[in-house]
Amino acid sequence: MVKELFIQGNEACAEGALKAGCRFFAGYPITPSTEVAETLAIKLPAYKGSFVQMEDEIGAAGAIIGGSWGGSKSMTATSGPGFSLMQENIGYAFMSETPIVIVDVQRGSPSTGQPTMVGQGDMMQARWGSHGDYEPIALSPSSVQEFFDFTVEAFNLAEKFRTPVFVMADEIVGHMREKIIIPDKIDIVPRKMPESQKDFLPFKNNGINPMPSFGEGFDIHVTGLTHDERGYPDANNPKTHDTLVRRLSSKILDNKKDIVSTQKDFCEEADIVVVSYGAPFRSALNAVNIARDDGLKVGSFKLNTPWPFPEAEIREISKNASHIIVVEMNLGQIYWEVERVACSNSKTHLIGKIGGEIPKPNEILAEIKKVGGN
Amino acid sequence: MREDIRIAGFGGQGVILSGIIVGKAASLFDNKNAVQTQSYGPEARGGASRCEVVISDETIDYPKVQNPDIFVAMSHEALMTYIDDLKDGGTLIIDPGTITESEIEEFVKEHNIKLYRAPATEIATNEIKLKIVANIVMIGAFVKITNAISKEAAIKAIEDSVPSGTEEKNIQAFEAGYNFV
Repeated sequence: MVKELFIQGNEACAEGALKAGCRFFAGYPITPSTEVAETLAIKLPAYKGSFVQMEDEIGAAGAIIGGSWGGSKSMTATSGPGFSLMQENIGYAFMSETPIVIVDVQRGSPSTGQPTMVGQGDMMQARWGSHGDYEPIALSPSSVQEFFDFTVEAFNLAEKFRTPVFVMADEIVGHMREKIIIPDKIDIVPRKMPESQKDFLPFKNNGINPMPSFGEGFDIHVTGLTHDERGYPDANNPKTHDTLVRRLSSKILDNKKDIVSTQKDFCEEADIVVVSYGAPFRSALNAVNIARDDGLKVGSFKLNTPWPFPEAEIREISKNASHIIVVEMNLGQIYWEVERVACSNSKTHLIGKIGGEIPKPNEILAEIKKVGGN
Repeated sequence: MREDIRIAGFGGQGVILSGIIVGKAASLFDNKNAVQTQSYGPEARGGASRCEVVISDETIDYPKVQNPDIFVAMSHEALMTYIDDLKDGGTLIIDPGTITESEIEEFVKEHNIKLYRAPATEIATNEIKLKIVANIVMIGAFVKITNAISKEAAIKAIEDSVPSGTEEKNIQAFEAGYNFV
């Protein structure tokens, strides 16, 4: 039966996780993400799932890596300070190709910053927070429905590409209530298991490998050290390292067309394009609509997946747009990615709003009018 | 049409629940769009607590309320904190038992405010014999005055939101507020 609910974004995230098949959650509660943990603590047992409140966030990240290798789709939820603590194990998850979902409901930062206020200061941390070369997938919802949908999608992408996936939400989307529709049937990507134990190589140098769970009889070894196709450490061999780390990157980059998702409103023929993601999109679209009523050629470009960065799509936009305005709740993170890709065609501008409130439509409208020469 | 609503009082009055009920009524039972937001600061405990709802027939983009069309004030402190945001010609509903009205007379006149009095606390205490349902009494008055949500939707949303076993008392509170105005 189709369900209609009027709930918070964080609750919708938990519903999405359950629908996607999440059966293990380990976390440490932190504002403004706590309702994700709270909801799953209440609901997971009924699904024969497990909830563990951990001693801290690095423990939580470790626990969900273990949960995933134990055969359960696993998730944690946190905010900036907790995301910082998780970074070491996040790198381990990338290197060991462990499908997990990490939800970051962003608040004012750096450090403990503004616990109850909104921010988007963790975007580059999602990209580069752990050491080394890796290609993250991150989704940013801008409504309660999207928080549900993108959480489901995060689990699907994690399983499809055997990799960690981030849901980079924010306090506004986490805490506001809207109607969501939970369809009866949702496309779920099940874990691809190896067919036979004979000659099975869990880290074969060939794209995305099936993943066995512990206890099923497969002789496997999982390590953060550079490893060969069997998973055994081979850290002094340049070729092994080069082959492994390039494969980890290319399994994402070669599949960008399956991963990257954007939403374009009025972008054809737009002379000014406003780029945003997460809650600020709501203000951006409002400003764009008002500007269009005033006769300006303005469009809105929303990044559903800030990572991997939609370079081709931004480059395409820049061919027509003289100006690109990036709206985000930090002092310029995604902005510099847009500038890198678009600078030869368009002039880029940043509305970097910090302090704990989303940019107001009239602030964006003022910038549109300024760059549009009005 | 977009309608921006703010409900404010002191922590513990059930201000947030009121907003959830209004948002739920509009979106699930009146088939409109609604977004509910609230302040999450330490002021939520004891001091001024506030909750906002946007209702619209169209998709709601900007989710926050800057200048409400309707302001429901359930405490004097909340009234004085937020009254300046109210739109010219906007609707103000106060609980007279909790408010010193003389302090807003000038503002009401100057900004052409439509002022309504709904003694929610008094009705809850004396008529329903349960002070904590003052917020539900206020929803009754709010529905009658503003028509922002339908009466049927409000009742369904209340039944869907209050603790099981308390539905009857809450509907009684709603009706008392609705019929007072």
